[in-house]
Amino acid sequence: MGWIFILSLIVALGLVYRPLGDHMYRCYSGAKHTAVERGVYRLLGVRPDTEQRWGGYARALLAFSVVSVLFVYGMQRLQDKLLLSLGFDAVPDHIAWNTAISFVTNTNWQAYSGESTMGHLTQMAALAVQNFVSASAGMAVAIALVRGFARRGSDTIGNFWVDLVRGTLRILLPIAFVGALVLVAGGVVQNFTGPHSVETLVGGTQNLTGGPVAGQEVIKELGTNGGGFYNTNSAHPFENATAWTNWFEIFLILLIPICLTRTFGRMVGQVRQGHAILAVMSTLAIASVVLTNVFELAGDATVPQAVGAAMEGKDVRFGVANSATFAAATTLTSTGAVNSFHDSYTPFGGMMTLVNMMLGEVAPGGVGAGLYGMLILAVITVFVAGLMVGRTPEYLGKKIGAREIKLASLYFLVTPLLVLTGTAVAMGNAEGVKAMLNDGPHGFSEILYAFTSASNNNGSAFGGVTVNTPWYDVALGLCMVLGRFLPIIFVLALAGSLAAQKPVPESAGTLPTHRPQFVGLVVGVTVVLVALTFLPALALGPIAEGLL
Amino acid sequence: MFTVASLLDAFRKLNPFTLWRNPVMLIVEAGAVFTTVLAVVEPSLFAWAIVAWLWLTVLFANLAEAVAEGRGKAQAATLRAAKRDTMARLRSGTTVAATELQQGDVVVVAAGEIIPGDGDVIEGIASVDESAITGESAPVIRESGGDRSAVTGGTKVLSDEIVVKITQKPGESFVDRMIALVEGADRQKTPNEIALNILLAALTIIFLVATITMQPFAIHAKAENPGIADSLALTGDGVSGIVLVSLLVCLIPTTIGALLSAIGIAGMDRLVQRNVLAMSGRAVEAAGDVSTLLLDKTGTITLGNRQAAAFVPAEGVTEHELAEAAQLSSLADETPEGRSIVVFAKESYGLRERELRGAAWVPFTAQTRMSGVDVDGRRIRKGAATAVMAWVGAPDEAVGRVVDGISASGGTPLVVAEKDRVLGVVHLKDVVKQGMRERFDEMRRMGIRTVMITGDNPLTAKTIAEEAGVDDFLAEATPEDKLALIKKEQEGGRLVAMTGDGTNDAPALAQSDVGVAMNTGTSAAKEAGNMVDLDSNPTKLIEIVEIGKQLLITRGALTTFSIANDIAKYFAIIPAMFAAVYPGLDALNIMRLGSPQSAILAAVVFNALVIVALIPLALRGVRYRPSSASKLLSRNLGLYGLGGIIAPFAGIKLIDLLIGGLL
Repeated sequence: MGWIFILSLIVALGLVYRPLGDHMYRCYSGAKHTAVERGVYRLLGVRPDTEQRWGGYARALLAFSVVSVLFVYGMQRLQDKLLLSLGFDAVPDHIAWNTAISFVTNTNWQAYSGESTMGHLTQMAALAVQNFVSASAGMAVAIALVRGFARRGSDTIGNFWVDLVRGTLRILLPIAFVGALVLVAGGVVQNFTGPHSVETLVGGTQNLTGGPVAGQEVIKELGTNGGGFYNTNSAHPFENATAWTNWFEIFLILLIPICLTRTFGRMVGQVRQGHAILAVMSTLAIASVVLTNVFELAGDATVPQAVGAAMEGKDVRFGVANSATFAAATTLTSTGAVNSFHDSYTPFGGMMTLVNMMLGEVAPGGVGAGLYGMLILAVITVFVAGLMVGRTPEYLGKKIGAREIKLASLYFLVTPLLVLTGTAVAMGNAEGVKAMLNDGPHGFSEILYAFTSASNNNGSAFGGVTVNTPWYDVALGLCMVLGRFLPIIFVLALAGSLAAQKPVPESAGTLPTHRPQFVGLVVGVTVVLVALTFLPALALGPIAEGLL
Repeated sequence: MFTVASLLDAFRKLNPFTLWRNPVMLIVEAGAVFTTVLAVVEPSLFAWAIVAWLWLTVLFANLAEAVAEGRGKAQAATLRAAKRDTMARLRSGTTVAATELQQGDVVVVAAGEIIPGDGDVIEGIASVDESAITGESAPVIRESGGDRSAVTGGTKVLSDEIVVKITQKPGESFVDRMIALVEGADRQKTPNEIALNILLAALTIIFLVATITMQPFAIHAKAENPGIADSLALTGDGVSGIVLVSLLVCLIPTTIGALLSAIGIAGMDRLVQRNVLAMSGRAVEAAGDVSTLLLDKTGTITLGNRQAAAFVPAEGVTEHELAEAAQLSSLADETPEGRSIVVFAKESYGLRERELRGAAWVPFTAQTRMSGVDVDGRRIRKGAATAVMAWVGAPDEAVGRVVDGISASGGTPLVVAEKDRVLGVVHLKDVVKQGMRERFDEMRRMGIRTVMITGDNPLTAKTIAEEAGVDDFLAEATPEDKLALIKKEQEGGRLVAMTGDGTNDAPALAQSDVGVAMNTGTSAAKEAGNMVDLDSNPTKLIEIVEIGKQLLITRGALTTFSIANDIAKYFAIIPAMFAAVYPGLDALNIMRLGSPQSAILAAVVFNALVIVALIPLALRGVRYRPSSASKLLSRNLGLYGLGGIIAPFAGIKLIDLLIGGLL
């Protein structure tokens, strides 16, 4: 069953690969604006036909993000005075700041429980809007980088506002609309009701909150956001009703990051280059999905051995395999939605979710973020491999010189440094350690996971750690901000530097970057870099636990 | 290879102010200092062994650089010998020290005297011994005007007397620059070296953070297992400083960090060994990137002279008759074409050279466009078809067709006539050097386009181009055409390399990315290029490109090797550190190393020894055979990537076995 599930996903993604990839290519390349878009530009006061240098592009993105953070923060703090608050109080300041950052950075780390904290208006106008625009911003950055490769001797890399608006209106909204209908058909709720008290079978009472769930659910997956309407996220039957909505949600998660490789290929004028990048992502992703499944199905830990399967923390309507596949998909992309509890996974199964994020969210990664992260890895690979063919390394005709490798290195440095220093500070600090639920290596894994998730803008939680304390809200909030925007600045600077170059024509002496050889090399470099960076930490966490 | 001087140099380079240029090794040195302090405070055999090997690691790195520099120093010493104090005799009659000469001074140099400075011959002709610079003992001719007017200070006039106008500034002579270059005194990091250094610095930062942040994790792990006794590696205070530094040094890319500058120096040196002086490392690197080679036809692709290839007789004339007449007319013709006719007549028709008495030679002039001989009442002329036909007075249509045919095939027709009749045509041909086609095929596989530059007409050029197998040609090329071609290629993002010797080549040499000036050339050409070939062999451009590539490949290969090595080191050190608290981690000890101490020490020792082991490779450069990028990558990846993963497993295990008993 698990195999059919995975294979049918691959087939479905294969079917939409070309049409969606081409559609996105046209969206970002066309010169025409729709009437609605023109209205938005007039409202924003931007000139859509003026292109920006990388600095202007970055400033626009940062300004937009700052305003977004303030808006989301404000909405939460004033929630009790707004409509549809369901009677909830204003969100406490540290949680509000953490949540605002979390949604603007496309992380969707949730230090709160959705159904008992956020009113419907906050969910829709603040959080769901960010689910769209933060995703669109990520895609814009990726497109800007691709333009850097595609352009020759240009000092501009596009217009952020145009990319943002088009990504939202032409790509995310239409798919989300259709997707939401599909989810509703599958049993996901979409209403404006407040909490219902329900008597449970065993005689207790339970509060069930309805809400505009389907609309938020679809963009939660499509935009690789991951912030659930409910605390239990995609394990909640109102968010993810059946085995096939589960399939559909994974499909949505992978949809844009996968298809963007086609867009990339079209933009640089060599579709096969997009295929190579897709091949790298797929190799890593399939390996990870298979390994996670293997580890979970083997159930190689004490409790699963005792009860016969690693079912703790997993829902029976999904089962072990489909939960494992969802867990792999959500951590391989920067989604962070969960339909099962990673904390309860077998040590090595849990490690896979960690490793997926440690790869830097590139296989296939978040919308946009996955593509630019992977292109950075390709640049680093090209640099070392290019030397081995006896030329100054070049990728897609652009030379990888000192400036390019500096920006790529800085990009690559950010998240590992945030993850490791963040975890180290937490482990060396009473506030950090006391939040741990478990002791031993597993407790350590929980904290490592929290910082890995925040710094990589994944947003899923291993669970176990009590993270809604001011200390964690601030620490993880910082990881999210730095983990999102520092890399983006480096990517845009790289885009600017690449766009200014004139391409070197290809020859027999050029390292071909579309062959299996190169694909294997990027996979190798990615895995080795991650292994070398995180092996000590992993050894003291999941590996120590698994080998006990 | 390892001389006493280089060993001393290695110690001298321990100075942190020297070492700061190499951040990776600076960190190792800081680690060595730190562990030395720790070992003094808490001495143990293990601690001192680690300290010793950390210092050795730095020393080995310094040694690599010192050895590479040492080779240049030997060369510099030879050059310095050429820079003896000489006196210069100014034309005005006064005598000044050579060091005082200013640009524009005019000096007289007679036989047996040393030329006091770089300059151009403005009067006279002399044979000059340039062995001090080129190593070539045969004297060369230097004369005023033309492309052989440049003389180099420090060389010796063997015969005659020349008047030289000094072109150098005081202290900036060619020899001065050469000394500085081979010594690497003002060695600048090249762009690619800078880029690689950035990547290495980034990796170092990651490993620094990975190692330091491990400490709180380790403390936590130890605290959770209070029943377990402190081990040498891990106590309640975390991992011991010595082990932490060992891990760090093993992880940061010390192998490439240690050898990087040696690779660069050795690359320049390999050029010097082939008698090519690169004015900057940047030029050597650019050579590896070259995608278009501009090659002068004459001297590079062809032997340089047209040679007789066939005698085509006119109607009623035998080949033998024609050959005999052609030979007669050429016996006194000292031009290469003339000589080739004599040689061809001898080889093909067995006509011996003869002494002719009473012969009156008619030399070639630009006006008559023919030459010949009047002897024994015979009047024989050979030369350009129109000129000879006019001399005969009656154009021969059949011969005219032969002439056109030869021209069309790219050859040069020489019409031979006696008195009033045309005897036939000598077919002169450019002869392509042997092995050129193979070289150009090689170039094509490397992705390099070859363009032949010639002053010939397009037809002739096309024939030679096809015969030699170049990709393209530029016919009837003027210096301006050449410059325009270079600019056009560069416009398309290509890097261009060329050779040149004449003053009119100077703009093109300056514009090209790799401009190799011939040492026989003018000083303007030498000034404009970024390399000088002391052998003045234009074919060497191809070797220069290969050396450039080899330099980059060596860097890439050792970087890959260095990073790939880390995997094995983790498998040695992580279980050594943590198996005490988490016994399960012993499963990672796949090498089954004896004890935690010997595992850590073995990793550190391997890390240091691998530097020494790779010094010869760094100096020699990895083997390079021209082939496509894909093939090169597969080969080097297999050798240095896969090899880099496997080698340390074997090496560390072996060292562990050797030292296991000692600790």
